[in-house]
Amino acid sequence: MTSSTQAATRPVTGSGHYGPYGGRFVPEALIAALDQLDAAFRAAVADPSFTERLDLLHRDYTGRPNPLTQARRFAEHCGGARVYLKREDLNHTGSHKINNVLGQALLADAMGKRRVIAETGAGQHGVATATAAALLGLECTVYMGEEDTHRQALNVARMRLLGAEVVPVTVGSRTLKDAINEAMRDWVTSVDRTHYILGTVTGPAPFPELVRHFHAVIGREARAQVLQAEGRLPDAVVACVGGGSNAMGLFSAFIDDPQVQLRGYEAGGDGVETGRHAARFAAGAPGVLHGARTYVMQDEWGQTVPSHSISAGLDYPGVGPEHAWLHDTGRAVYQPVNDAEAMEAFQLLCRTEGIIPAIETAHALAGAMRLGAELGPDAVILVNLSGRGDKDVATAARWFGFDLGAGVDAGLGVSAARDAELAEGR
Amino acid sequence: MSHRLDEAFARASGRAALIGYLPAGFPTARDSVRLINAMVDAGVDIIEVGLPYSDPLMDGPDIQQAVDIALRGGTTTDVVLTTVAEVTRAGATALVMSYWNPIERYGVDRFATGLADAGGVGVITPDLTPEEAGDWVEATDASGLGRVFLVAPSSSDARIEVVAGMCTGFVYAASTMGVTGVRASVGSGARELVERTRARTLLPVAVGIGVSSGAQAREVAQYANGVIVGSAFVRCILQAADATEAERAVGSLARELSEGVRGR
Repeated sequence: MTSSTQAATRPVTGSGHYGPYGGRFVPEALIAALDQLDAAFRAAVADPSFTERLDLLHRDYTGRPNPLTQARRFAEHCGGARVYLKREDLNHTGSHKINNVLGQALLADAMGKRRVIAETGAGQHGVATATAAALLGLECTVYMGEEDTHRQALNVARMRLLGAEVVPVTVGSRTLKDAINEAMRDWVTSVDRTHYILGTVTGPAPFPELVRHFHAVIGREARAQVLQAEGRLPDAVVACVGGGSNAMGLFSAFIDDPQVQLRGYEAGGDGVETGRHAARFAAGAPGVLHGARTYVMQDEWGQTVPSHSISAGLDYPGVGPEHAWLHDTGRAVYQPVNDAEAMEAFQLLCRTEGIIPAIETAHALAGAMRLGAELGPDAVILVNLSGRGDKDVATAARWFGFDLGAGVDAGLGVSAARDAELAEGR
Repeated sequence: MSHRLDEAFARASGRAALIGYLPAGFPTARDSVRLINAMVDAGVDIIEVGLPYSDPLMDGPDIQQAVDIALRGGTTTDVVLTTVAEVTRAGATALVMSYWNPIERYGVDRFATGLADAGGVGVITPDLTPEEAGDWVEATDASGLGRVFLVAPSSSDARIEVVAGMCTGFVYAASTMGVTGVRASVGSGARELVERTRARTLLPVAVGIGVSSGAQAREVAQYANGVIVGSAFVRCILQAADATEAERAVGSLARELSEGVRGR
């Protein structure tokens, strides 16, 4: 297992494989661009001035390093374990997404590409991309499933305020998966002058490795901070897993420490048994989606099955290929967390710590509650608080039955269809 | 068998072969067979039967809409193989065009064997790169299927050599940097791409993406061994009021293209 674990942490340069996962399954027209990106990435990693530029942006713009907060009152609901929160929610734009986006925007700049495109589900990656584009003076187009533009209308407005063009995607299931298809179609047409800022550790090589690299700062900081606070490594590090970028960023600093459990929590939606979920590991199978071999929610014919989650950011039928490999080797453990369980954790964190987390992040918090009960009061658990919940206020209010008033509803953009769905789910 | 692909190109002797695409199950399983037969009757040399897939990231709006209709109609991989068997029985030379995941899910060997048994002559795989094609090379060699990968205007000469070296039957040259769809003109880089490819392989080189009219077919036929038309056929069907009109429109387009590849 040691050798396979090492394989997971160190993909073969240029081939982008993690065991049988990863690789490149894309139209030939994109191969040259992926090669160019790969070369630019390796040159940047080797160039101290690139790293320095990025570090300065992180310090002066993103607000890194962000703190590690001990969650004492929340920990009472986690079997009494000592629980630490890595505060990615305090980054500029409100989530971990900015780490990757700034890195890739600088790469676009280095490649001489003046236009960037992105897909977005919850809108966090789209907002981060629009932000970086504004900062560096790049043209920006964001693809977002039409369904998600209703769920996350506030983020659509933010992107437009930042000068980005937001294109609602009206084909297929109209969610994140279709936004990625449309972004790929744009890219294949415009690749000469456009860089595709893929938002998570999925897609064709070198994206999974590159996105992980730019998020590794999460793990590096958290490792040093928890060592300082506790004088030892945590027993477990915990993150939610949609595509899996915040998890990969955190895990990356602990993969080589076998005493640290790696725990990923995927969206169980209404429950894995209902079929309405985004539990790729619990209910998917190895396959190819969006350029990589990984675990995919698919039917017996290899057609992608639509995912479902209260959290737009976890509502994706694929997952990063390195997670697939960490899963198969047993180095990391992935479990589904249902909507209801996540929302309970969401409310608990609000009321015990005064922190409103993103609903995506609430899945990790629910995982920590489960894990804490299992590990007991001597355990140290580190949770990646990947994003803040401002964008989710309307969804949460609906879930908990607060009356926001019709005008506020419209302004926050909770669609009637979504209301009905949530009502059904209760 | 891939020699049957060779025969199809040889039959076109001295002119480019006309290759027409239609997804299986579109607009229905029965109608797609009838429409494909109409294409063959009107002069299409080789048929590309599309395997409908939920995430066709190389396809534009026309084909997306068509495969969506086919999937909602319950088109499965088995239906695709049956479609190939039926049009082959009626006299067509048929390839399958499929994204990779449905083939992998069906089982690489099972798919290759099933297609060969149905009388299919090869497979075009638009998102399978040669680097990932180890099992596929073995399976297609074992079953004698043509194995068609794509080259693109952005492909370097070295890359074209690798890709073309992995192909059997013919090489698919994507005319344009973009997705499938009807365009006013065929990409200006197409001729150069065909020339660069031909310098590196003895296989026929067929041009696809953006060819929709007799005039475009005539132009491409001057420098390529094959002319591939997809979205234009799909659009005929999407725009037709009923099955009879669809069949008439498809036949009429096939005749126009067939005249085109004959330089008329």
